[in-house]
Amino acid sequence: MDKFILSGEEQAVFALRSLYKKYGYAQYKMSKFEEYDLYAKNKDFLVSDNVITFTDTDGKLLALKPDVTLSIIKNDKDNHDSIKKVFYNEHVYRVSKGTKSFKEIMQIGLECVGAVDDYSVIEVLYLASQSLKEISKESVLDISHLGLVKSVLDYAGLTESAKEKVALSLSQKNLQAVQSVAKEQGLDEKKTSLLEKLVTTYGKAEKVEKELGAFCVSGEIEEQVKSLKVVIESLKTLDAIDNVNVDFSVVSDMNYYNGVVFKGFVSGIPTSILSGGQYDNLMQKMGKKSKAIGFAVYLDEIDRLYENKGQFNVDVAVKYEGASVDAVNKVVKEQIAKGKTVFAGKVLPETLKYKELVVLEGK
Amino acid sequence: MSKMLNVALPKGRLGEKVYDMFEKAGFSCPSIKENNRKLIFENQEAGVRYFWVKPSDVAIYVERGAADIGVAGKDILLEYNPDVYELLDLNIGKCNMAVAAKADFVDDRSKTLKVATKFTNIAKAYYSAQGRDIDIIHLNGSIELAPILALSDVIVDIVETGATLKENNLVVVEKFKDISARLIANKANFSFKSEQIEKLQKSLKEQTENL
Repeated sequence: MDKFILSGEEQAVFALRSLYKKYGYAQYKMSKFEEYDLYAKNKDFLVSDNVITFTDTDGKLLALKPDVTLSIIKNDKDNHDSIKKVFYNEHVYRVSKGTKSFKEIMQIGLECVGAVDDYSVIEVLYLASQSLKEISKESVLDISHLGLVKSVLDYAGLTESAKEKVALSLSQKNLQAVQSVAKEQGLDEKKTSLLEKLVTTYGKAEKVEKELGAFCVSGEIEEQVKSLKVVIESLKTLDAIDNVNVDFSVVSDMNYYNGVVFKGFVSGIPTSILSGGQYDNLMQKMGKKSKAIGFAVYLDEIDRLYENKGQFNVDVAVKYEGASVDAVNKVVKEQIAKGKTVFAGKVLPETLKYKELVVLEGK
Repeated sequence: MSKMLNVALPKGRLGEKVYDMFEKAGFSCPSIKENNRKLIFENQEAGVRYFWVKPSDVAIYVERGAADIGVAGKDILLEYNPDVYELLDLNIGKCNMAVAAKADFVDDRSKTLKVATKFTNIAKAYYSAQGRDIDIIHLNGSIELAPILALSDVIVDIVETGATLKENNLVVVEKFKDISARLIANKANFSFKSEQIEKLQKSLKEQTENL
């Protein structure tokens, strides 16, 4: 099959599906609708609050899915002794920031739910980094560790609202804003410098690994640093470290996420196309004992990466005037057999761009 | 590094000042000083491409990745809340976000306050933090007219020297936010051009500290 016939989005979907299947993830197919109640209860977990809703024939309020993760874990049996690995490939409906109108986005992702251990975390991170590589030669997976960030914020003894400010400034790499919060809160030099380090420590995972020691000012932080180091070391061993950065500016809602969180970028697309993390806190909120980690890849921007192969709509345009059906058929078949794409019409559309024109005169 | 750094500069005096700082940081592009109507300037050797855009559009160019970095006022960042890195306060283009009103204005808390502004989101956030019921009137310019013609009770706008206010018989009621120019960067592009951006950021930081 001609690979170029597939759009960028379709190529990516095929590549990623086959990658996830290799690692034993089973495809999870869902209905397009979900009870609105699920989103109302977990509003902050969603990227945007807006959901398309409608009333079902029995009066129930339903929504077009803005998110897949919530639906997967809602239906989970909570077998926290074993592990469930699934992947999905679904449309979700969200408000796009620019136009403030709803948009259909193709999303492919995976979830690992149950007895999540070190191996599962590494496997998911590895698959995230490989997913990016499948999509582009030039990619970066930014990893942060919310356990580490949280323990540093706790150590600094910030109030809840100050913590929120620091988290926001951290996500903007805004060092001066972090410093001014530290000043407002009357932090000493040691604590201030620790907060500053959260902003200034980023880059290639192998480089950052060496700088992590500077965070270890308490036993609790040290434990989290250790956990991040395990991740880096394992990815090194897997030979999957080259596109991995550590960057604490990846800040996800700590009410839902804990442990590693990450975002993926590929060169040529101005927003993150992959996003994920460990969300044990969300599981707890939903009354489950299982742990969970997963990520999603957003495919709506991917076509940007695949340039239009040519300036033509078709190779050959066949213009027939009064020629018999059989005669036109013959020419079209001949061209297709040569591997050409053909557009045949009595009158050709003005906008049609073709390399070659064949005119068939009638008798 | 063969990658070009794309920079969105705000048209006008502030942008020229910013360019001088960038030049000192080693990202020169002499053709930009030529007096013409071109909007885009490139220096292959220094690996940089500049373009002039409307100040309020800088954040859009950066957020959407057409520019890797840019310089935008904090007012614009607060108003549009773009998803970008805010790397540095350049300490130039300083002014205040303020509430202003006619000199004889008396704040009556028993009424809904009519607020005219270009900065709808900033005004909303400021008053909702006080639990104040307001009626926002969005204007695109000549905000000072609104209280004079009784279109609004107060205005929320940028105040630099206060000269315009004075000439129109208005006074500052409260300055509530310091505004200055910020260096911003696209989050995705930052990952791929971090070396150049860090170099620039470091030099700009030194320059602002020596201002």
